[in-house]
Amino acid sequence: MNGIHDLGGRDGIGAINPTPEEPVWKAEWEKHAHTFFPLAFRAGFFGVDQFRFGMELIEPVHYLTSPYYEHWLESVIYHGERVGQLDRAEVEERYRYYLENPDAPLPEGKDPDGELVAFLEAAIPAGVPAGRDTGKAPKFAVGDRVTVVDDAPKGHTRKAGYIRGKTGVIELAHGEMIYPDTAGNNLGEAPEHVYTVRFTNEELWGAEEAEPNGSVTFDVWEPYIVPAS
Amino acid sequence: MSAPQKVTADHQAEIAARVKAVEAIMIEKGLMTTEAVDRLAEIYENEVGPQLGAKVVAKAWTDPEFKERLLADASKACSELGIGGLQGEDMVAVEDTDDIHHVIVCTLCSCYPWPVLGLPPNWYKMPQYRAAMVRAPRRVLREEFGYDVPESVEIRVWDSSSELRYWVLPQRPAGTEGLSEEQLAALVTRDSMIGVGAPKAAA
Repeated sequence: MNGIHDLGGRDGIGAINPTPEEPVWKAEWEKHAHTFFPLAFRAGFFGVDQFRFGMELIEPVHYLTSPYYEHWLESVIYHGERVGQLDRAEVEERYRYYLENPDAPLPEGKDPDGELVAFLEAAIPAGVPAGRDTGKAPKFAVGDRVTVVDDAPKGHTRKAGYIRGKTGVIELAHGEMIYPDTAGNNLGEAPEHVYTVRFTNEELWGAEEAEPNGSVTFDVWEPYIVPAS
Repeated sequence: MSAPQKVTADHQAEIAARVKAVEAIMIEKGLMTTEAVDRLAEIYENEVGPQLGAKVVAKAWTDPEFKERLLADASKACSELGIGGLQGEDMVAVEDTDDIHHVIVCTLCSCYPWPVLGLPPNWYKMPQYRAAMVRAPRRVLREEFGYDVPESVEIRVWDSSSELRYWVLPQRPAGTEGLSEEQLAALVTRDSMIGVGAPKAAA
């Protein structure tokens, strides 16, 4: 979707103001919000592409002005409701309770054998690979000049606005991986070949505006590209 | 602070209450526990962080064969050191040279190589960095990070749009010939592996 999350190349967003050092968690709630990601994944709320789409649906002004982990929270609620694990009215009711009683305890846990901790201790070092091998032959190879299809899908896609219609050269070929344009839209994995394409700054921003002597590489799935004419 | 980060104490309290509301429901369903939260927090506070990436970089600086394996398949090479996992299943290390400097970004969300760098700093995830780094990297590095890359050095920005996770193998600082791998690792900063800074100079 042409959402506000698609930020590459937008002007006037403001200064970055990087901090030299900062704690891993900026607030206690961030630890909990982060833990939603692996555990809601385990519970079948979403795959990573669906999780991202849940964030893209956040209202734009809120998206730009909220702390990052609030995006995660919103996506967890969106998918929790979608799969029938969370009810928005119930979340709202409990939210009001905890807002008025911030020190009220959480319910007692129901995991006597520590399966959830064991899941984290297994999943974090093992990861959840997106690579797939269906045996499909790649249509492109390293060195090919390709152009990104200039269309604007309404659902989840990783085809960022700033590379649409642009021409670059394939730098790396990675084999097949889960296709976000299906997986993120609840349509299954449908693996496609992934390539890293390098675009010159001049191609992306025009000779007048481009910084000299530079390029941007962007990963595309095979349906995103066609041979350059 | 820049305009889009107006997060008030009230808003923090609201988010904390909403997180607690969702967590309470998940706990009752047996999908979450506070023990799991504590364990995850501990992992990313003490076990998985940029000290791991620094160890990999120091090894690559001292062991040319390891460096070759790292540049060929970063995830596989890191696994030799017991490093890898979530958000680093398919990592690519890109090497800085005298002529080329690399920097990473994720314009669409906040993709970052957790197994070697830990969780990203806030600025990496915020709209400002994501918007500007592909548009004007040389200016951003100079003006926002105080890192001046000469015009003669090409800047390559890697936008992490797929599940590939890029990170930078910085150049070994001058005057470090006699240093051990451990001493070298202490010079490798998180920022140098993102590409927004240089490693520390030899003491």
